[in-house]
Amino acid sequence: MWRRRQDPDRAAPEAALGAILAAVLAILALIGPAPAWAAETAAAKEPAGAAPAEPMHVIVGYLGQEEVPRQPLSFLEPELQDEGVQGARLGIADTNTTGRFLNQRFDLVEAVIPRNTDPAVAIAAQMQALADKGVRLLVADLPAERLVQALDQPAAGGMLVLNARAPDDNLRNEACRPNLLHTIPSRRMLADALAQYLVWKRWTRWMLVAGRYPEDLAYAEALRRAARKFGAKIVEQKSWTFEEGNRRADSGHTTVQSLVPTMTQGADHDVLVVADERDIFGEYLPFRTAEPRLVAGTQGLVPTNWSRVHEQWGATQLHSRFEKLAGRWMTPRDHAAWVAVRAVGEAATRTRSADPEQLSRFITGPDFTLAAFKGQALSFRPWDGQLRQPVLLAGPRMLVSVSPQDGFLHRVTTLDTLGDDQSDSRCTRQ
Amino acid sequence: MGRMRAGLAVALGVLTILPGGGAAAYSVYVSNERSNTVAVVDPETLTVSKTIPVGRRPRGITFSHDYKHLYVCVGDDDRVDVIDTASGTVVDSLPSGPDPELFVLHPQKPVLYIANEDDNMVTVVDTQTRRVLGEIQVGVEPEGMGISPDGTVLVNTSETTNMAHFIDTTSLQITDNVLVDSRPRVAQFTPDGRHVWVSSEIGGTVSVIDMQTRQVVHKIGFEVRGVPKEAIQAVGIELTADGSTAFVALGPSNRVAEVDQKTYAVRRYHLVGQRVWNLALSPDGKRLYTTNGVSNDVSVIDVAAGKVIKSLPVGDSPWGVAVKP
Repeated sequence: MWRRRQDPDRAAPEAALGAILAAVLAILALIGPAPAWAAETAAAKEPAGAAPAEPMHVIVGYLGQEEVPRQPLSFLEPELQDEGVQGARLGIADTNTTGRFLNQRFDLVEAVIPRNTDPAVAIAAQMQALADKGVRLLVADLPAERLVQALDQPAAGGMLVLNARAPDDNLRNEACRPNLLHTIPSRRMLADALAQYLVWKRWTRWMLVAGRYPEDLAYAEALRRAARKFGAKIVEQKSWTFEEGNRRADSGHTTVQSLVPTMTQGADHDVLVVADERDIFGEYLPFRTAEPRLVAGTQGLVPTNWSRVHEQWGATQLHSRFEKLAGRWMTPRDHAAWVAVRAVGEAATRTRSADPEQLSRFITGPDFTLAAFKGQALSFRPWDGQLRQPVLLAGPRMLVSVSPQDGFLHRVTTLDTLGDDQSDSRCTRQ
Repeated sequence: MGRMRAGLAVALGVLTILPGGGAAAYSVYVSNERSNTVAVVDPETLTVSKTIPVGRRPRGITFSHDYKHLYVCVGDDDRVDVIDTASGTVVDSLPSGPDPELFVLHPQKPVLYIANEDDNMVTVVDTQTRRVLGEIQVGVEPEGMGISPDGTVLVNTSETTNMAHFIDTTSLQITDNVLVDSRPRVAQFTPDGRHVWVSSEIGGTVSVIDMQTRQVVHKIGFEVRGVPKEAIQAVGIELTADGSTAFVALGPSNRVAEVDQKTYAVRRYHLVGQRVWNLALSPDGKRLYTTNGVSNDVSVIDVAAGKVIKSLPVGDSPWGVAVKP
């Protein structure tokens, strides 16, 4: 549980964060203890002059789906066809640079669920094909529904799946799985990160505008929960039910200019929070609201795991490598996929192993930490498999802040003030 | 650093004014990453006596053997600026390869070994002929640079590869790769050349690597009451020349650890400014200067008394620090 007040006496040498996930061990049918990590580190020396042995080969799978490219409302943002997979590719390239020194080789086996086919049939085929190619560690760049379908395949039984796209909270709670980890933040983590900042600013009265889609309703629910958790109040809720239009239309701004003030009238509020994950109307809100209020949420001030405006803690180097590879900016999905591959790479580096079972055990174990340009070590929460990480608060042009905010305390790690803490979790994977 | 020098007596924050117009016996140079300047601090008055404009994003700084020049990595201009310390102006620049961040000077030769953070490379530059003598491919995001006292072995750390690469300075080939904790930042040889200390920012540890076996023989951890574990991030390392003491900057924990160089026991923690990056001892070893990147100041620690005697503003985001005797 987090505490709001400063406590000068908060001595919290981190307790052991929990045991290795027994269920994963059972599923992966592990035998024998893992070599001690400290001993491995001490022995981590590679005589470069030795005869080159056959490199240790680590296979990482990637499963995405072909879809109609999302059309951003802003003309400044490109339509992307390769989101996610480029992050995974960079993760492989970065990991291979390290692997070169350790005689380890990493390969990405990419699979995509095609459009215009029966998804159930296609997923079954792709998952089996991945398994046949030796994939036991899989980066899933899929929305929640497809991810669950993939996990239901018999082929998934022997895999550790890293969810790099679906922010759905139920995947971390009722629908959690022993062999499922999440590198993308949950909606609750994002909402909590935003709420902490708004509360720190004392902007505690929120008007909520939510879209009509299930993901918008889920984002809105996360905002409501965050408001309760951190002492903010949603003074009024609105639904955006207007007809969706093409983003390109002659003199389109005139309609919007009259529409938005009308629909944002209501109870007095400090800030307008918006839930529009599909990017259909949120960009219309800033500068057009009935009262001169800031906009935050899916548009405006956006809580996110990654943004081009972020340059601290060496992030510039990651941007630079990604842009060289992909010819565009790195998106949150790309970053989550990069982190997922890097998690496997880090495990292979530390354990000096290519054995997927040993790598899975290390990733989900208590000694695993990862550097991901967030200023501190990241690790997976044992109770729900979520990667704990700082959340950026990105403005359209500059980084505004990074949560957790000062003053939101936790007895183990302040990162666990974002999203489901152990006591909140409804996951029974342990 | 740490060479004994008579004539300067500073104890418990009481400054002794030297005869001869109060000329300082040494000077402290600080690079300001955001201000694009190098500040010169007078240790007598503990004020900035001069501010020198340099190229963009100055970080690593080091002196020529005769202290007539200060070399400054200016990462965003892809070069090394050369400051004439007598006139306090930039008089020249050297090629560096892209995005130079940190470097080390060969202990005998006029040769700089420069980490190119954005290009997975170490560039070797002759400071007299201004020629690039070689390039060495290393891991992802090279950063820390250390060189053995005899100049035969160069150690480079790569932040995302999490390794210390041992490089033969004659062949310019990597001979060993030693895995350390996450995001290694700084590599420093002990004065006897037997060990190299490597700090890990995200790992929050210092790995002590034996030069003979090229193995980690000890890992120093840190724990500060009331400070979250994530905030303890090891960066700058300063080792006293007598082999007794080490200082380790611990980043956002705002602490400098004082460590026994022989037993590796942490003796105490000094509270300094915010996000402490790098460290330099005065020539007599009595004072430690720390650059604090977030509070935009330099903390001056009286080592014997174990307390900060002054924090002085020097510019925006102070990063590197070096002392000219």
